Amino acid sequence: MNRYSILSLVRNALSHHENWQQAWRSPEPKPRYDAIVVGGGGHGLATAYYLAKNHGLTNVAVLEKGWLGGGNTGRNTTIVRSNYLWDEAAWLYDKSLRLWEGLTRDINYNVMFSQRGVFNLAHTLQDVRDTWRRVNANRLNGIDAEFVTPEQIKAMVPAINTSPDARYPILGASLQRRAGVARHDGVAWGLARAADARGVDIIQNCEVTGIRREDGRVTGVETSRGFIAAPKVGVVVAGHASVLADMAGFRLPVTSHPLQALVSEPVKPVLDSVIMSNQVHGYVSQSDKGELVIGAGIDAYQGYGQRGSFPVVEHTLAAIKELFPIFSRMRMLRQWGGIVDVTPDACPILGKTPVDGLYFNCGWGTGGFKATPGSGWAFAHTIAHDAPHELNAPFSLDRFVTGHLIDEHGAAGVAH
Amino acid sequence: MLQLECPWCGPRDEEEFTYGGEAHITRPPEPDAVSDAAWGDYLFFHTNTRGLQSEQWCHSHGCRRWFNVARDTVTYRIHRVYRMGEPRPGFDA
Repeated sequence: MNRYSILSLVRNALSHHENWQQAWRSPEPKPRYDAIVVGGGGHGLATAYYLAKNHGLTNVAVLEKGWLGGGNTGRNTTIVRSNYLWDEAAWLYDKSLRLWEGLTRDINYNVMFSQRGVFNLAHTLQDVRDTWRRVNANRLNGIDAEFVTPEQIKAMVPAINTSPDARYPILGASLQRRAGVARHDGVAWGLARAADARGVDIIQNCEVTGIRREDGRVTGVETSRGFIAAPKVGVVVAGHASVLADMAGFRLPVTSHPLQALVSEPVKPVLDSVIMSNQVHGYVSQSDKGELVIGAGIDAYQGYGQRGSFPVVEHTLAAIKELFPIFSRMRMLRQWGGIVDVTPDACPILGKTPVDGLYFNCGWGTGGFKATPGSGWAFAHTIAHDAPHELNAPFSLDRFVTGHLIDEHGAAGVAH
Repeated sequence: MLQLECPWCGPRDEEEFTYGGEAHITRPPEPDAVSDAAWGDYLFFHTNTRGLQSEQWCHSHGCRRWFNVARDTVTYRIHRVYRMGEPRPGFDA
């Protein structure tokens, strides 16, 4: 792999950028691998990367039914933060945030991770109490968090409406300064390139149609390009997790819903942090191109159509307008939907399954992007050792039998 | 935007309704008598079909009554609306 650097940029400029090496190969699938990762989104690619880097497993294939990052990785609003309430979630997401902080250097690919700070607004007295509770819980876990007043918010975010006369006045916010945004499809490309450089085969346009098992053990996967054998299969397919679980003969406690996002026309810099509000329910940041990147909640009903319901768009923009009256005449350029797999406790399922050698990583719901490196890191450990890492052990499938849920709905389940 | 045909009020926009998830599931009559696995299955494990599935909806901003809908989760086409207590329709309609 040619390293990217200022020198390589200069060198390639001299040859009119015609000699760049392709970022990753597109090999034919081999008949057999030591491990297969199903799903070529950020989480799957991160899994393959850490399998190779941390565990020395390089005879690995990533199977993607479409193109890399064409699913939720390229459809989210790119927010990265770790200010979760409960210990288990906070540890996992902060592991991820720490990996984000070194990711660009680690994979020699600029993922444009920008720690511009995330505000989670409070609009009611109960919001304020919950926010203080979360800020204190975060601090106890060593995660940076501070409570900021409306005056402090206004000083940092001049465009926001902090008038006490607003219908839902802003009474304060939590601020995580280490949080921010990253370039989502760059993350997929960078991880693909880094995994490929370590020998991982990335196979696009290869849909898994069946999971072959013998005596309760996985033996490989049926795909649109034939059978591929492997003693270990990790499935990271977000919204389609239930479909893959069906193929393996078990059920998951997830439901799939469309989650929408939209972007505005590009404008000059007006917002240099991420603003999220559970109460009026919307979140917004400004991309480097100048577009406002806006999202909110899922469609209430289950669906696999990658488009969202119109009333959700209306509610989302009403919320954004409430926070930023200055945006009221912005025109929206694009709107799209992705399918998210939601669990009853708004936390992921990351671990072993009833089938030996088959591992599932799903249920990230509306907030999976931020977890991309941490999820891959923990999932790779789980696959390599046939046992979860202590970071993801609490996120087992059997918590829905034991009742040991990690209820993140209050702190994190709504806005991402 | 979905339009649902409430059995009592006729066609209305989706915003008037509340979604109730999987239809035709029964609460175990004696929760203390069932295993944790069976109770967990009742509480948390619901159908998530890619295609036709039966769901409960409530006309919460109208007559506030519950009913069942057989809906395709990919095309969002509504195949049939039927009342609570009626059997699950054959999905050939």
